[in-house]
Amino acid sequence: MIVADKKPIEEIIEYLKDHSNILVLGCNECVTVCEAGGKKEVAVLASALRMHARKEGREIKIDEITLERQCDREYLDEIRDVIDQYDAVVSLACGVGVQFTAEQYRSTPVYPGVNTCFMGATEERGLWTERCQGCGQCILATTGSICPVSRCAKRLFNGPCGGSTDGRCEINAEVDCAWQLIIDRLKSLDRLDEYETLCPLKDWSKDRAGGPRKVVREDVQQ
Amino acid sequence: MRLQYPPNIRIVRVPCSGKVDLIHILRAFEKGADGVCVLGCLEGDCHFNSGNLMARRRVEQARDILNSIGIGGERVKMYNLSSSEGPRFAQYATEFTKIITDLGPNPVKLAKNKAA
Repeated sequence: MIVADKKPIEEIIEYLKDHSNILVLGCNECVTVCEAGGKKEVAVLASALRMHARKEGREIKIDEITLERQCDREYLDEIRDVIDQYDAVVSLACGVGVQFTAEQYRSTPVYPGVNTCFMGATEERGLWTERCQGCGQCILATTGSICPVSRCAKRLFNGPCGGSTDGRCEINAEVDCAWQLIIDRLKSLDRLDEYETLCPLKDWSKDRAGGPRKVVREDVQQ
Repeated sequence: MRLQYPPNIRIVRVPCSGKVDLIHILRAFEKGADGVCVLGCLEGDCHFNSGNLMARRRVEQARDILNSIGIGGERVKMYNLSSSEGPRFAQYATEFTKIITDLGPNPVKLAKNKAA
């Protein structure tokens, strides 16, 4: 899932200082799971914004809506009838949701309510870690299902660098060396001979190096 | 026991302090409460194992938010005591009322009354 972190309330207050009819728009998908932008967080942010405005002597209207997703038009259409009531939207979705909401409603400013961080997994409640960078050419089949693109600081493809010490990365002693993990994993799968296979040059044009990307699937297009 | 404690406290009963959510605390302030005090069982004594520990974290979250919006995080506090400690409840109620009285009224309530 896409992992996001809360933005400081002070930053959001600053965005909204000139607005008086505000919609706090949550997303029921990834940001709900990582407790940054779901229905609960929408209620908390809206309550805090209301109290702050009232304390400052400003009369503002703040409504709360949480959509199933903000990255699909059919869900964003659910606010089409009410969007004109607001002069600003704070979207607690990931960066995709913020942008897609803004694309659908061009005359309403849409501000981000979270910092979108990475694609990752929930290790435990309150701890999310990165697992994928969406490089567009998955090589997990040859690396024991451990990704050196997202988990190796140098994105190395053919074994660890000299900075790997006791299974840890030189950038931080708390970070596992991805290649140590890969080797351990291949060993436990009894497939260590695959470690000897050289990984060919990767086509980075499918990563961000090729600019904004798209996936076209004519077989499912209507 | 006939213990005395300040009469300006409104008690909201919950099945466990773990039931108290962050939004419940914030709503109380939004509606004009001058302070919110969460009373939970002693740590390690929760019937549901971790209810009071969750409550403690939520109180901390509420404190951070209240500080961010300038209402004062010290208006929310958590106390732990066992259900048989009547005198301690009265002591905490008195102590918390004193803290809030010293802090003065909730600025949100003051602004609301001024506007009305």
